[in-house]
Amino acid sequence: MSHTQTHGHGHPHDPIEDNPDVRPEHLLLEQAMRELLIEKGVFSAADITRQIEDMDAITPAQGSTFVAKYWTDPEFRKAAQKDGKAAAESMGIDMSVAPELVILENTPEVHHVVVCTLCSCYPRAVLGLPPAWYKSVEYRSRCVNDPRGVLKEFGLDLPEDVDIRVADSTADMRYLVVPLQPEGSAGMPEEQLAELVTRDSMIGVSQAKPVG
Amino acid sequence: MMSGVHDMGGLPAGPVDRSEHENSFFEKRVDAMARLLSDQKRRLIRVDELRRGIESLPEYKHLTYYERWLRSVEILLREKGVLKAEEVAARVEEIQNREC
Repeated sequence: MSHTQTHGHGHPHDPIEDNPDVRPEHLLLEQAMRELLIEKGVFSAADITRQIEDMDAITPAQGSTFVAKYWTDPEFRKAAQKDGKAAAESMGIDMSVAPELVILENTPEVHHVVVCTLCSCYPRAVLGLPPAWYKSVEYRSRCVNDPRGVLKEFGLDLPEDVDIRVADSTADMRYLVVPLQPEGSAGMPEEQLAELVTRDSMIGVSQAKPVG
Repeated sequence: MMSGVHDMGGLPAGPVDRSEHENSFFEKRVDAMARLLSDQKRRLIRVDELRRGIESLPEYKHLTYYERWLRSVEILLREKGVLKAEEVAARVEEIQNREC
């Protein structure tokens, strides 16, 4: 990951902390471990390739489809509120290795934002791999005690009377935000609605795209 | 109780660097390795163990995200007797010679 770690020590960072690149020793370590595990028959080179391809294939578009369905299909919404994981599965999303999925629906009064303060837990079965900033020290530290400030950095300036709720993810519980349905989008077909639903709006650091 | 190095919720920190980052091949391979080792077929590693390994790294703050994952996987595989420290070290040396 390429984020810069800051510790508030007020001077330029030492080269190791600031270097976004992986240390050569770790490139070697990965290769050595991979080769040994293949030779021992733990997995094959093809298994690694397939895993990478499978992960690359999971994009936030899955989540966008989920949200569009949630907005338009009352039965699906009810099912998703009850059991997000089962609802995702019912859409054909592979949740076989995924923990529980809780749906956080935004309203004009309540806005949700998701973080994992302890590590990087993320609804990856639905959205793919998390963005670098989600894993950063800055986001993890500040999201819980200065969510309004963090959201402003993302360009989301919520009115003071909107209640912001921060959901801190765990290894066993993941969250997907259903953003407010944009004004003027009622009656649009699901595929067009899905195009309004961005990754960031499903993490809660932005709203869905406006219509038009 | 003292907080671990990973327990950073609420600590002071600077602005969020929002730049997007495409995962490198190294990052994707480490991610794939960890997931394969924890899948239904292999069940060699659990996510809680992966975290315990990550959080126990003394150099946590100096490592990138997937470097932590890799080091944790190495620790766990040694603990479980799947890999031996000596064979990993020998292979690293052999690869270095191979590439000279």
